[in-house]
Amino acid sequence: MTEVKEKLTKAEERAFAKELVQKIGELAATTGRKLRFMEVCGTHTVAIFRAGLRQILPDSVELVSGPGCPVCVTPDDYMDKAIAYAQRDDVIIATFGDMLKVPGSKSSLNEAKTNGADIRIVYSPMDSIQIAKDNPDKKVIFLAVGFETTAPTAAATVLAAEQQGISNLYMLSAQKLVPPVMEALLNDEEVHVDGFILPGHVSVVTGTGVYEPVIGKYHVPGVVTGFEPLQILRGLYRLVQQVVNGEAKVENEYTDVVKTEGNPVSMAITNKVYEPCDTGWRGMGIVPLSGLKMKAEYARFDIEQVLPLEVETVVKKTACRCGEVLRGIVTPKECPLFAKACVPTHAIGPCMVSVEGVCAAWYKYGQGRFEYGK
Amino acid sequence: MANDKVTLAHGAGGKVSQELMEQVILPAYGNPVLNTLHDGALVEMKGEVAFTTDSYVVQPLFFAGGNIGKLAVCGTVNDLSMTGAIPRYLSVGMIIEEGFPIKDLQTIVSTMKKMADEAGVVIATGDTKVVEKGKADGIFITTAGIGDKIPGTHISPENVKPGMKVILSGYIGDHAAAIMAGRHNINLPASVQTDCAPLNKMTKAMLEAAPDIAVMRDPTRGGVAAVLNEIAEASHCGILIDEDEIPIHPEVQGVCDMLGFDPLYLANEGKCVAFVPAESADKVLKAMRTSPYGQEARIIGEVTAEAPGTVGLRTGIGGIRVVDMPLGNIVPRIC
Repeated sequence: MTEVKEKLTKAEERAFAKELVQKIGELAATTGRKLRFMEVCGTHTVAIFRAGLRQILPDSVELVSGPGCPVCVTPDDYMDKAIAYAQRDDVIIATFGDMLKVPGSKSSLNEAKTNGADIRIVYSPMDSIQIAKDNPDKKVIFLAVGFETTAPTAAATVLAAEQQGISNLYMLSAQKLVPPVMEALLNDEEVHVDGFILPGHVSVVTGTGVYEPVIGKYHVPGVVTGFEPLQILRGLYRLVQQVVNGEAKVENEYTDVVKTEGNPVSMAITNKVYEPCDTGWRGMGIVPLSGLKMKAEYARFDIEQVLPLEVETVVKKTACRCGEVLRGIVTPKECPLFAKACVPTHAIGPCMVSVEGVCAAWYKYGQGRFEYGK
Repeated sequence: MANDKVTLAHGAGGKVSQELMEQVILPAYGNPVLNTLHDGALVEMKGEVAFTTDSYVVQPLFFAGGNIGKLAVCGTVNDLSMTGAIPRYLSVGMIIEEGFPIKDLQTIVSTMKKMADEAGVVIATGDTKVVEKGKADGIFITTAGIGDKIPGTHISPENVKPGMKVILSGYIGDHAAAIMAGRHNINLPASVQTDCAPLNKMTKAMLEAAPDIAVMRDPTRGGVAAVLNEIAEASHCGILIDEDEIPIHPEVQGVCDMLGFDPLYLANEGKCVAFVPAESADKVLKAMRTSPYGQEARIIGEVTAEAPGTVGLRTGIGGIRVVDMPLGNIVPRIC
């Protein structure tokens, strides 16, 4: 196989990719069946589509996207709660931009904003500290949505607010954890995967050890990879090798940045502020211990404890199949709304809202809509 | 000046306004057309005239390699240039927020004069208004421009046909990266600066070398992706570009990776995308390289009969995927 050098030329990269694809195909064919691998990370989903990877993969290997987009897995009732808080005169909502369009059961934050709610887009949770300082008569609520990657920054924001004596900053937490949802997927009879492309960004924080219990228990291979097409292909090759050899272990194809122990400092910050709790995932219901809630000593930063709101969520019946898309059971193309009633400018399901959503990636990069040479 | 900040009186039309005009505006722009201070400029034009206007509301006002004034002149000069015209005269309307530092205003107007000189255009007329503090974001600038259309050229997406080459004048995304870095306090190497530049001399050379250029566009908001999609849609042709041929500075790619952006969608202020008959491509490239702003010009793809209305990109590892029209504002990813 082509020698792996520090820096490949573009032509070498292309040749190496071709070689890897061929080897993946040959090896996978020895199993006599189609192998399905799931990427559990929205950034991987986008990277795979951006590189046109699905197109060049052999027919013996199929990639499916999992619940790796934090915006997509945030359920209706969380959005309803966020909107209810936003509608209060004494509240400013601070949020990442992609939450604005996510549908709740009745409306979205965007609609609330149009109707006068004070909703500010921030680029880091830390920005909400300044908003709180500038608006001492308002409650500033940061919508803490994300996985292990973003939890440390949200936790650090709480610690910074505490240190600076800021009394009007709160979090509405929908932080989520990856290993428990992998376990939920593996327990789901409808979900069939032969291995996981494990999330690169999350693993930088958690390390690789965090996946070992679930990978071992269910005997399903997992490889942490980076986001370059060649890194993903190399990860796939190792997944196929594991399947062929009857192995199920956690391998690391992203050793430059992902260490076995992860980032202990970030983990310590998260663990200081948060503790695991059961939480709801869109399309999957409550997944045990897959969320993060604030520990009792930080309860004063938890808006749900400081200012509880009763919000009724009546789940709308639409033909949207985001729940099944997020579990890799159907592809976006199998949803009757995809690229028809549901498009990025008028998203019905959250998978079309977020830039890292599976449906959005399918749409944006043409899959299921238009394919060259087909 | 007595006051170092712009006050409401500077926009009230009286003595203080006159002082602003005499001490800040005229010394910067001063030219025989403007100096007459008529209500309107009397200018001579011949033949078909190109006419455009644009408003500039960028934040921050000052960024690596430029400021809002540089954008306001180059943007309008480039809009005229892309229609196949030679820019001649500009108007400059400024809405200034009360309290704006006179020193900053001087920097902005002197940059505008410098860029106008480089482009060979005359700032012929203008207007200055001052609004109360909080009613504007420092300064807004609107420029309008007119230019002489170069005879014998016909720039229109309808002229784009399968087989034509797509030429890009250089590295993309530098302007947006400089702005984002300024906005988010990201430290970037000094090499990442706005690419803001007047392209009229380059486009003139291109059209002189090949009057059969079908279309030229400057990929500003929405970036190269938006321009290519607009042309694909308007011409009912497909466009297939090659990822490996699109020049992107590693630092710009780094900012994009960090914030979750795609350089193809980032704004440029000194780039040109041209659709050229295959047989004229070499001549056009040669002409572009006579300009400091076209040194990195290259063919990035071609027009196809396949996939009408669609822009495809051949990726570095050999797949092909669609490059869609940009949607709304780009926002950083959260994971």
